[in-house]
Amino acid sequence: MARTLIVGEMFEGKVRKPTLCGVTFALKLKELKGAPFDILLPGKGSKEGAMEVAEFGAERVFYTEAKEYESYKAESYAPLVAGVVKKVGYDTVCATANIYGKDLMPRVAAILDAGMASDITQVEVSGSETIYQRPIYAGNVIAKLKIKTPISIVTVRQTDFPPCETKSGKSAVEEIPAEKPLTSAVKVEILGFEKTQSTRPELTEAKVVVSGGRGLKAKENFKMIEDLADLLGGAVGATRAAVDAGMVPNELQVGQTGKIVAPDLYIAVGLSGAIQHLAGMKGSKVIVAINKDEEAPIFSVADYGLVADLFQAVPKLIQEIKRVKE
Amino acid sequence: MKIMVPIKRVSDPDNANKVKITPDGKGVTSEGLSWDINPFDLYGVEAAIRLTENGPKKERIGEVFVVTLGPQDVAIQLRRCLAMGAEKAIRIEAQDTQLDSWVVARTLAKIFEMEKPDLIILGKATVDGESNQVAQILANILNLPQATFVAAISHKPQEPFITVTREVDGGVIKAKVSMPAVISVSERILGSRAVQNGITPDNFDYPSDNVRYTPLPMIKKAEKKPLEQKTLAELGVDTSMKVDYFAFLPPPARKAGIKVDSVETLVQKLKNEAKVI
Repeated sequence: MARTLIVGEMFEGKVRKPTLCGVTFALKLKELKGAPFDILLPGKGSKEGAMEVAEFGAERVFYTEAKEYESYKAESYAPLVAGVVKKVGYDTVCATANIYGKDLMPRVAAILDAGMASDITQVEVSGSETIYQRPIYAGNVIAKLKIKTPISIVTVRQTDFPPCETKSGKSAVEEIPAEKPLTSAVKVEILGFEKTQSTRPELTEAKVVVSGGRGLKAKENFKMIEDLADLLGGAVGATRAAVDAGMVPNELQVGQTGKIVAPDLYIAVGLSGAIQHLAGMKGSKVIVAINKDEEAPIFSVADYGLVADLFQAVPKLIQEIKRVKE
Repeated sequence: MKIMVPIKRVSDPDNANKVKITPDGKGVTSEGLSWDINPFDLYGVEAAIRLTENGPKKERIGEVFVVTLGPQDVAIQLRRCLAMGAEKAIRIEAQDTQLDSWVVARTLAKIFEMEKPDLIILGKATVDGESNQVAQILANILNLPQATFVAAISHKPQEPFITVTREVDGGVIKAKVSMPAVISVSERILGSRAVQNGITPDNFDYPSDNVRYTPLPMIKKAEKKPLEQKTLAELGVDTSMKVDYFAFLPPPARKAGIKVDSVETLVQKLKNEAKVI
């Protein structure tokens, strides 16, 4: 029997929003092959968190606040997930392809001896087969794949399975016991967590992203990128070159190796559009590029390109947007 | 310390838009593109060498060996790692189409058991397949602790553990991990002081964001270093695959955009046409 388990995530006592990306995926599978779904939510605050996610149509929501799950370790979380899969019986186990899902799910796959599709962007069902699509080669090829093991492990790309917003049907909430951690769990000791401080929206959740690249030349100049982002209520992004040059913190990196974003509006300033960067943003709805080099590859994906010196264009753009917004 | 660094050969990542889907739609070919070491694996090699040397004195104080699965000519990539400073290379004969994360992880587990390294360092993902699974599956097969997305490593001589900084959603985690362990590294590991080994002075700066250059004498020396060849059969690796990639498609194309001649036009278009501001 087809049944899906969503592995949810708690962060500082609250349900992390990407948990609901899993719901979007599970609802899709329910529509395609009638598979009901459950949610597993381990970690501190998950009792309350379970109530919160119990309104999205899952049959059951499992939670545990056992001390083993207070701080995340793949070595304790993976056997918990695998244990629930074995006890209840699932053919599909999914999480979101953020760092949590990327770190945890291959270990779950390893315990369950299962095949895994990472970072999928689409799912379809053809007869008895479930077919996944995922981008490879920095988004330049889309691969179609099938998983040959009885259990499939999947992580879903947030931009293609956005957090479910529609509530439907109450779930039964059940507390579950802790599972014995892997013996390797004691080999990892978490020393601390340093949280990134930002007053702006999360890059992956923002409706507008303004990104800067090497063309900004210096840290101080990122101020105008921030001003433009703030004016539009958006997030600030950057290329790897800008991060490497120390202009902005690492977590702002957009690209194949950084965050994958798909906002309504993406404004690319002073960045050439390296393949690795394009891989992280070319799913954006509207792309604006401002660059003085008219040959820059970023123009090939831009809906609106402005060939101009960013140091003149950006302040003027801020002024002009303020004017039309009044 | 003895470190194992698995590497993968990938087609030139800066020309990933030039790979082609075969006419039958069942494969991808990178014909005409050069081969390179997967960048994150290369960062792993650099990190491993930094961990096992006295940086300013350019002295080796530990051992690094690199491993890959691939055809004969992948020796070129292995030799580059030897020229960077690795002591030994191992090539396991295989074709890309024979491999999925599981086959790779099972093979690497066999090599681990033969060589007994203290640490395995992998790149956080490959830039072609982008699955990001091998490190975690390998750790599980070997029942070892894992640390993925590692941005900094520190180790003191004789200590049985390393301290790592992991870049995660919303911040960074610091963790102490007992060896042997499996770690995967991000590009931040190339930071000028990201790798500390208690021998190289803590305030010694490596050229930031760079993998070391291999001068000619090092390349010459590398030719004499051992490059072992093995087969999946002699290692007794289960070569069954769990995933079937059966078709490849081009990504959805974006419709051609326009160039605007002024900021004013741009703002008008964004407001009235795209309706995004």
